[in-house]
Amino acid sequence: MAEQRDLLSRVAGLGAGALEVIEATGRAGIMLFHSIATVPNPRTALPLLAKQIYAIGVLSLVIIVVAGLFIGMVLGLQLYRVLVDFGSEAALGQIVALTLNRELGPVVTALLFAGRAGSAVTAEIGLMKSTEQLSSMEMIGVDPLRRIVAPRFWAGVISMPLLAMIFTAVAICGGWLVGVEWLGVYDGSYWSAMQNSVEFGEDVGNGIIKSVVFASVCIWIAVFQGYDAEPTSEGISRATTRTVVYSSLAVLGLDFLLTAVMFKGF
Amino acid sequence: MKTRTLELAVGGFLIAGLLAFAFLAIKVSGLTFSAPADSYLIYGKFENVSGLTVRAKVTIGGVLVGRVTAIELDPESYSARVEMAIDGNVKGLTTDTSAAILTSGLLGEKYIGLTPGADEEMLAAGATIRDTQSSLVLENLIGKFLSNQLNKEPTE
Repeated sequence: MAEQRDLLSRVAGLGAGALEVIEATGRAGIMLFHSIATVPNPRTALPLLAKQIYAIGVLSLVIIVVAGLFIGMVLGLQLYRVLVDFGSEAALGQIVALTLNRELGPVVTALLFAGRAGSAVTAEIGLMKSTEQLSSMEMIGVDPLRRIVAPRFWAGVISMPLLAMIFTAVAICGGWLVGVEWLGVYDGSYWSAMQNSVEFGEDVGNGIIKSVVFASVCIWIAVFQGYDAEPTSEGISRATTRTVVYSSLAVLGLDFLLTAVMFKGF
Repeated sequence: MKTRTLELAVGGFLIAGLLAFAFLAIKVSGLTFSAPADSYLIYGKFENVSGLTVRAKVTIGGVLVGRVTAIELDPESYSARVEMAIDGNVKGLTTDTSAAILTSGLLGEKYIGLTPGADEEMLAAGATIRDTQSSLVLENLIGKFLSNQLNKEPTE
């Protein structure tokens, strides 16, 4: 009898967990809809947006540029070692540019973005909630969704594709630095092999679409986790962790799906 | 943070992003803004085009004069019909021009090499080159070489 009850409570727990997940998704969707489905007043919205682009985009530049440079340099170094065995080190530029434009640029930027900017957004909104700034805003008739959530969301959606393009450009230059300047690949063939194989719409365009999708998902998760956090110090810490974990998993999973849809020709 | 410095930083960031976009478009993907109108199409019928891709180079004497724009199967002869866009400045293609699918290096990419002939008449836009040489398939070559060797052995 006791065993049965134990089993029953486990099944009930499973169901409750599933309901909780569906409910949270619903809350996230409703929050996003209420915060972005309004026409903002450009007078007040633009300064808020600029401030958030500064906090989310400009302050992430350093980590993006440094990471891009080193990832490009490592790609150049490793690929050169393999390619030179086949005497085809001229293809270095092509491989570096294709991997960066299609996969590494958007994905690594999104992962760094989730760690650098997403966690900060969650902690900030979570702390606002726990110190009851959000409810006092409501009290004086300011909608916290429009004032707090919407600018952060749009700032993330605008910043991350730009960051991803900067990352890709810097990484290609990093690969050039190692391949051409250091290891002696011919400069002309580095760029011409790249230009022959990289298609603007197919590779650069799809990479940008990817980073827009990743940006929306990452920043959505970040603002929702902050907005939905338990208003305690542990709650904020859990929410911040969840932001980074969920964003990273979502980005990696979505990347597979998007690649499968976009690059069917393989 | 003062509003002015903040705006400067955000503006600099947006411009850096756009510059990166321009770099990816022009330097990385080789996008040019020249009108594609100043080129004309010619066709080539090949028995085998394995390894040739769209956007492959078309050269005369090693100089780039155009690109492959489409490859399709001719339903009647079951041969491959390759559409090439040739730069409008190149006008000396005679009707007896021959086209060969070549490989740059042993393992490199495939490209089309055109060899102009000595005929008086010039190829019109949309004309088809008949004198073609197919893609070299290494496996077939090795197979032929092996069977030659095997056939030789009993006579020795």
